[in-house]
Amino acid sequence: MTDDTTTGQKPASGPEGALATDEPELGAAMAQLSTAPVEDRGQAVQGSFGGVRAPGVKGGAAWTGREVLGWARWFWRQLTSMRVALILLFLLSLAAIPGSVIPQSGVDPTAVQDLRAQNPTLGEVYDALQLFDVYSSVWFSAIYILLFVSLIGCIVPRTWQFTGQLRARPPRAPRRLDRMPAFTTWRTDASPEDVRDAARKLMRGKRYRVATDDGAVPAVASEKGYLREAGNLLFHIALIVLLVAFAAGQLFRAEGGTLVTVGGSFSNTLSQYDDFSPGSLFTPDDLEDFSFRLKDFESSYEESGPNRGSVRTARAEVAYRTAPGGVEQQTTIEVNEPLEIGNTKVYLLANGYAPVVSFTDASGNVAYRGPVPFLPQDTNLTSSGVVKVPDALNEKGEREQFGFQGFFVPTFGGADSGSMFSRWPEPRYPVMFLTGYHGDLGVDAGIAQNVYQLDTDNMKQFKDEDGSPFAKKLLPGESMELPDGNGTLKFEGVKRWANFQVAHQVGSGWALAGALAAIAGLAGSLFIQRRRMWVRAVAGPDGTTTVEMAGLGRSESPRLPEELGELAYALQSKAPPSAPADAPTESGAEAGGAPETPSRGDRPWTR
Amino acid sequence: MDPMNIAAATDESLAEISNYLVYSAMAVYVLAFCAHIAEWVLGGRSKVARTAAALTPGAKQERPSDASAAPPVAVRQGGSTGVLERPHVVTRSSAGRRGDLPDGPGAAGGDEKGDLYGRMAISLTVLAFALHAGGVLTRALSVGRAPWANMYEFSTTFSMVIVGAYLGFLLAKKDIRWIGLPLVTTVLLDLGLATTWLYTESDQLVPALHSYWLWIHVSLAIVCGALFYLGFVASALYLFRDRYETKLLGGGEPGAFATSVLERLPSSSSLDKFAYRVNAAVFPFWTFTIVAGAIWAGDAWGRYWGWDPKEVWSFITWVAYACYLHARATAGWKGRKAAYLALFAFACFLFNYYGVNVFFSGKHSYAGL
Ligand code: HEM
Repeated sequence: MTDDTTTGQKPASGPEGALATDEPELGAAMAQLSTAPVEDRGQAVQGSFGGVRAPGVKGGAAWTGREVLGWARWFWRQLTSMRVALILLFLLSLAAIPGSVIPQSGVDPTAVQDLRAQNPTLGEVYDALQLFDVYSSVWFSAIYILLFVSLIGCIVPRTWQFTGQLRARPPRAPRRLDRMPAFTTWRTDASPEDVRDAARKLMRGKRYRVATDDGAVPAVASEKGYLREAGNLLFHIALIVLLVAFAAGQLFRAEGGTLVTVGGSFSNTLSQYDDFSPGSLFTPDDLEDFSFRLKDFESSYEESGPNRGSVRTARAEVAYRTAPGGVEQQTTIEVNEPLEIGNTKVYLLANGYAPVVSFTDASGNVAYRGPVPFLPQDTNLTSSGVVKVPDALNEKGEREQFGFQGFFVPTFGGADSGSMFSRWPEPRYPVMFLTGYHGDLGVDAGIAQNVYQLDTDNMKQFKDEDGSPFAKKLLPGESMELPDGNGTLKFEGVKRWANFQVAHQVGSGWALAGALAAIAGLAGSLFIQRRRMWVRAVAGPDGTTTVEMAGLGRSESPRLPEELGELAYALQSKAPPSAPADAPTESGAEAGGAPETPSRGDRPWTR
Repeated sequence: MDPMNIAAATDESLAEISNYLVYSAMAVYVLAFCAHIAEWVLGGRSKVARTAAALTPGAKQERPSDASAAPPVAVRQGGSTGVLERPHVVTRSSAGRRGDLPDGPGAAGGDEKGDLYGRMAISLTVLAFALHAGGVLTRALSVGRAPWANMYEFSTTFSMVIVGAYLGFLLAKKDIRWIGLPLVTTVLLDLGLATTWLYTESDQLVPALHSYWLWIHVSLAIVCGALFYLGFVASALYLFRDRYETKLLGGGEPGAFATSVLERLPSSSSLDKFAYRVNAAVFPFWTFTIVAGAIWAGDAWGRYWGWDPKEVWSFITWVAYACYLHARATAGWKGRKAAYLALFAFACFLFNYYGVNVFFSGKHSYAGL
């Protein structure tokens, strides 16, 4: 179990406190048992640090200098105190809350737009307070930067102190060992020197650091569990590594999406992305030089049960090259299994259908031919999309642009209702429903245009003879002829498409290493107990030797007496007790099992 | 019938069996609850005011010095097979004025009949646990995967692990019978909530959940939550018990009900230690849970950390527990203040589980209601 940092209801009740007030010597036994700062309990007050102000300009300047330095030192001490670390930590947890309540532009930009549109005043307030970007806001950053400055300011002296402790000898045995938290004694016929030698060997064998205490009464002093402090320092340092890695990851990252139809390919250059969002220090040169081709896409769906129709598997078969002209390699990309190339990962995000259409214009030329990705509107992949024909001749032989808008359903389900919806995500009864426009698509204006939407402002919809909008339902292989011989659109077939997210990430290896080191450090820090053991052997007047053993931990732990018992037991094989009755207070405990007076503190665990 | 349908049919009947088992477990938990109530009621008959006695003005006078003068207590080191007697180790507590308060006698308060009911309650809890575990297991078999892909499954597994941890502590001879009543109450509440509002038909996973990280991340989260819960109850009871002791120490006279109930709990320092040990032991595992989640998110969503509401609240919970551990190491924050932080931290954990799923939509919203 974990070791325990005292219960302490009142400030002076920690082991340090209690022991230190008990007897100064015990304070020495406790000294340097950790690098945790002894909290100043309010005696450090701010105030004039400049001291006496000598008359004259020079005196004033000297005073001001001392004053500034004094305040700076005071501020630094405050910042690096455990108390402020605690407050900053608490603030950090509170400050993270709004980011989960208010939509974040980095997480859900549409929700942010909706909120701004619905409630402009609130939106402005949020904007002013950076509440749409909590985790990169000035105030959130201020808290964690202060915390990490505090952390560094705390780690450096503690590491320094700890290296000192590593070189130091365990402190000499306190005068009265029986005042230590765990104590045992017995008499033996072995000589004091032999007992001490045996003790030294025993402790070394148990990987204690051992020193001989040549005080007035010689003793063996030993200490173990330095890993606790090392673990604690490692943990705090790992936090810094983690933060730096995370920050670097945010600054140098970039991610973008690309939609690829089966048979199509993607190469990793900016122009090939449908959307791209780089971190603030990212440059396009950082893009890895790879390309891939989508060979096939397969998916399967739940056939029965309440979630009938939901995706079971979705798999993209791709062939990729890690360098232009490199060897083509085959792989599959699935939802939890991205393709990894260097620092870049390619994730499968979504999939859908791209009807293959061709448009033959009035002059008989095939003005357009290809798969057109339609975007899914529901889980059964009812999809909507547009076909744009930017360059064709109309029935008068003039150049005109044509556009089609409509739906595609893989399994037609609206036969009776007259509406278009899909009943199943796989193409069992694929149907496309389109209406046509002619005029100006607006694609020449040089403004980036959404390829999935038709801007019909400058277009006219084709009409039937009776004046109603011209529209037609098409099965694969069927065609629709535009009124007045304006051309023919043919629904040739269907292809699948897959949407990939390409994420360029740096520092994730460091972040992982930092996180794992933090956990290892934590485990060391929380599960290892730093403790000291002393063995003293004194020759008595009757010729026997009195052996005293005592243990002291940084905190009260039920394992300490257990360990002392084990050590004493081991030592007794070299220094057997001459009279067993010499052990203290054996009467009560031996007879009746649970002692009358409960052993204070560690009850729940030693019962 | 083709094989697939047969398989589906057996799955459905397994899911049904699972539901029956969970309902039976609830019924038995209700019985255990009643037995615990009987234990507390009957235990109220004995009136041993040990704490008050230990804190009487006379005793209090001695206290500051008696940390050293108190009679030493021998801890027997048992299990010796050697020829030698195990040495006696004298332990001395240095936990200050109140560190040496005796623990209360437990819910039964030394009353024989009360104790009998208490034992019955535990036996019933064991039975209920068996049914409960059976329910979770059949559910897992019916869906052919880990039983924690939606809130219903998470809740039933969560309370099962809570009870399991409690029984584990009992089995290891740790004195945690005092937690019985609050624990059974919570488990009933949790199961009630699960079977009424959170119930979801058994079903397969969406692809994003197909990952061995699901096993690691979610099972760890459940175990951490269950243990944090034990720590939470201890911290909450600590606050009551501590106020009670403070009142006695100040010469006040707590109400009869408070005396009767709080007198039977472990001493404030025992409760506090229990809470600390549990929370501190779980903290590294909770850290790993979050890291495992981040790794999984990195595989599933293309970023290991994206401030999704669930991630935010895991982070808040983590920082809150770190805060608690820090507080324990800082002189002025020990005791009650640290306990409040522990409550806050557990509230964050709970909110992360229920609140985030109910109020926010994020990438974790598969956990649908
Ligand atoms: C990023 C923020 C921080 C986190 C998450 C954090 C977390 C923790 C945790 C979980 C512990 C408990 C481990 C143990 O008890 O051994 C701990 C201990 C400790 N922390 Fe921090 N800490 C942070 C910042 C700081 C800062 C800024 C300081 C210094 C001012 C500091 C000083 C200490 C010390 C001295 C201990 C050891 C206490 C002892 O030995 O009992 N920490 N920290």
